[in-house]
Amino acid sequence: MRFPLLPHPVSFFSGGWRVRFRNGLKAAVKGKHVTFNILWLQAGSCGGCTMSAITAEDRGMLAALKAFGVNVLWHPALSVETGQEALAILDNVLSGDVVLDALCVEGSVMRGPAGTGKFQMMSGTDRSMAAWISDLAAVARYVVAVGTCSSFGGIPMAGGNHTDACGLQYEGEAPGGLLGRDFVSKGGLPVINVSGCAPHPDWITETLSLLATVGLGPDQLDVSGRPRFFADHLAHHGCSRNEYYEFKASASRVSLLGCLMEHLGCKATQAVGDCNLRSWNGSQGGCPDAGYPCIACTSPEFETPKGAFQETTKRAGIPVGLPVDMPKAWFMALAALSKSATPKRVQTNASSERVIVPPAREGDER
Amino acid sequence: MSRRIIGPFNRVEGDLEVSLDIHEGVVREAKVNASLYRGFEHILKGRPALDALSITPRICGICSVSQSVAASAAVADALGIKPEPNGVIATNLVHAAENLADHLTHFYLFFMPDFARPVYDGKAWFADAQRRFAANAGTGAKAWLEARARLLHVTGILAGKWPHTLAIQPGGLTQSPDDGALMRLRSVLADVRIFMEETLFGQPLERIAELDNRAAWDAAVENGHAAHADFAVFGAAARDLDLESLGRAYPRFMSFGAYHSEGGALFAPGTVEAGELAALDPASFSEDPSHAWLMGGVAHPLEGDTLPYADREGAYSWCKAPRAANQPMEVGAVARQLVAGQPLIRELIGDGAANVFARIVGRLVESARIVLAMERWVVELRSDAPMCAENGTVQEGVGTGLVEAARGSLGHWLRMEKGQIQHYQIIAPTTWNFSPRDGGGVPGPLEKALEGTVVGEDDATPATVQHIVRSFDPCMVCTVH
Repeated sequence: MRFPLLPHPVSFFSGGWRVRFRNGLKAAVKGKHVTFNILWLQAGSCGGCTMSAITAEDRGMLAALKAFGVNVLWHPALSVETGQEALAILDNVLSGDVVLDALCVEGSVMRGPAGTGKFQMMSGTDRSMAAWISDLAAVARYVVAVGTCSSFGGIPMAGGNHTDACGLQYEGEAPGGLLGRDFVSKGGLPVINVSGCAPHPDWITETLSLLATVGLGPDQLDVSGRPRFFADHLAHHGCSRNEYYEFKASASRVSLLGCLMEHLGCKATQAVGDCNLRSWNGSQGGCPDAGYPCIACTSPEFETPKGAFQETTKRAGIPVGLPVDMPKAWFMALAALSKSATPKRVQTNASSERVIVPPAREGDER
Repeated sequence: MSRRIIGPFNRVEGDLEVSLDIHEGVVREAKVNASLYRGFEHILKGRPALDALSITPRICGICSVSQSVAASAAVADALGIKPEPNGVIATNLVHAAENLADHLTHFYLFFMPDFARPVYDGKAWFADAQRRFAANAGTGAKAWLEARARLLHVTGILAGKWPHTLAIQPGGLTQSPDDGALMRLRSVLADVRIFMEETLFGQPLERIAELDNRAAWDAAVENGHAAHADFAVFGAAARDLDLESLGRAYPRFMSFGAYHSEGGALFAPGTVEAGELAALDPASFSEDPSHAWLMGGVAHPLEGDTLPYADREGAYSWCKAPRAANQPMEVGAVARQLVAGQPLIRELIGDGAANVFARIVGRLVESARIVLAMERWVVELRSDAPMCAENGTVQEGVGTGLVEAARGSLGHWLRMEKGQIQHYQIIAPTTWNFSPRDGGGVPGPLEKALEGTVVGEDDATPATVQHIVRSFDPCMVCTVH
């Protein structure tokens, strides 16, 4: 188990941030910090971000965040208050009687039909969830979009987006969304997009712990507003199919051991996330390790791939989506070269569900 | 007569509003509003067949594996794919892990915190309930979240990621466990058993699984009490508050059968009406949008559509009214165990309706039975047998996927042409349980269960109503896919 008070890699922090981070951590340990109030709302969601969050650090988000002074004002799945009691909490936040440090929103904002927001009314009120989020975002120090739906719109935008779904500050790739491209919360940041469908639980807890201790600077967010501590990686980094990728020994169908990029739609070389550098529910990596492709769930518009999710879209036999920053010609040349050098072992195992040929030096007796 | 609207109704999955017409402190009529629409069936139209496996799990974050299993079964049915038996065992393990996680999450995080409310201050069991189940503070909830994370390692080891895995395919499972993985699975299950025997039940799981009458239940509660086990608090509160008299719906239950394999289902499919067991008849299903903000009329899920119409007169929910042979059905653990013939549940229900107490007991007994089954499956699972069959080349077909999610019967119906989805309809468990009225004005099971409930004159959020609603373990996000 990871030591709970040490968030993931901090090496990219500039000096000033590092000092503030260390001081924040000391304060957290000594209990000197003030309470950091979060309010969590579920917009047009499946609830999966919350379900992921409560597996965090093998003991759940709330326990993991306790050391950082995080106090949950209300959470739709976890709090005791219901109905009027819950609405009273929201009213206190809106009136300023209770300070809201972070508004966390899970799920897409449903603006339809015809701009009314009626596809999701906040239960017990005559107002749309969209209206509630707008008002609460205006009083929050930080606004955190938990998951790809609230970040970019996500799955409900697929199939022509007939619910007029969007993210808090994006509509797919396009800045805008519910709060608008120029939105900056009281704490001076745009919406912080902890994308992923569902995001890794630790991305959620580590983002909130950072906000509760040293804060996040604009340079700690990537071009799509995602915290760089996970978004500076590609999902490909640490993939257990690495050797098959190197030799372009490809699987012809899911479940086989070969690389999933050439035929099966794997977008791990294009999607951000340290997915394969972390453990997911006790596994050694994420999706490709379990035999199925990365579908780029941390990316805007992942819900509308060019072709089928489990099939690589090709033009003239060449995959359309190549590694993000690699010159195409070089990729093709290296792929051809490595294919011609593929060891028999790698080639055989790539088209099997289990290792058939174990590693051995030439001449070794089995 | 007064009307009370309760919302946001929390500690349920998703959005729920309950409207009560109250006369002299008693609920005369209840209306259940699922207040979110997302339109998954529309999203699926025109997509390549296998895209259903990426999209449908995202209907629900708490039962995404159930959605995966139903979608895979429907695609396999349509395209004539026969899954590898070893892959089926592994899939059942993943599915069982999720269902068990859901049952106990419901118990610890959603249902029991209501017994730690100040309204029960002074009850003999109150201090105990508060210590163990107070929201976000109870010792039981804390212990459960740790055990839950460990239990979900089953999903990590076999399916890579939870929620929303793509490991479950029409041909089986994409992950091939090696010998080490099999041992890790056994180790996880050993820890789960320890948690359930020491913290939850205070006695062997076999004893809970085999409870066969009310006296045995009472004895188990006594044992639990002596062992300082969490479930004994429920036993005491249930007796004291007479939860058996609360939340009676219809004497009609349904199960699609759970954990299917070559040898049949672990929990058999069927219906029970007024104590009489009968065979399941999916051809008799219909969905009625009379009181939903949707277009159209009554239709079988292979024919009906889901098109929003926010101005429909008389509508009060985004949820359709599903009916089996024109009748509302209660689904869930209690229905599953009743249909499967678990003796204690048979005795508690008799020829009548379920109630708050029986629903919780059904879930607890089933939880014990699930672990025993998982322990057998993990021994049967092989590290040297095929996991996933090929999809073949069939491009057309009609398919049905009927499975049991934690909350009850989940069905996917689809039609495929030229490798594309032409039609997709889903009926989720809570669609059955939290159905609105149908065209004939017949209320859904929860609406029926709330009728006659004593709520007092001025309590804005009566505890009785909360117990009843949460006893169903509703999953609204599935309901309003």
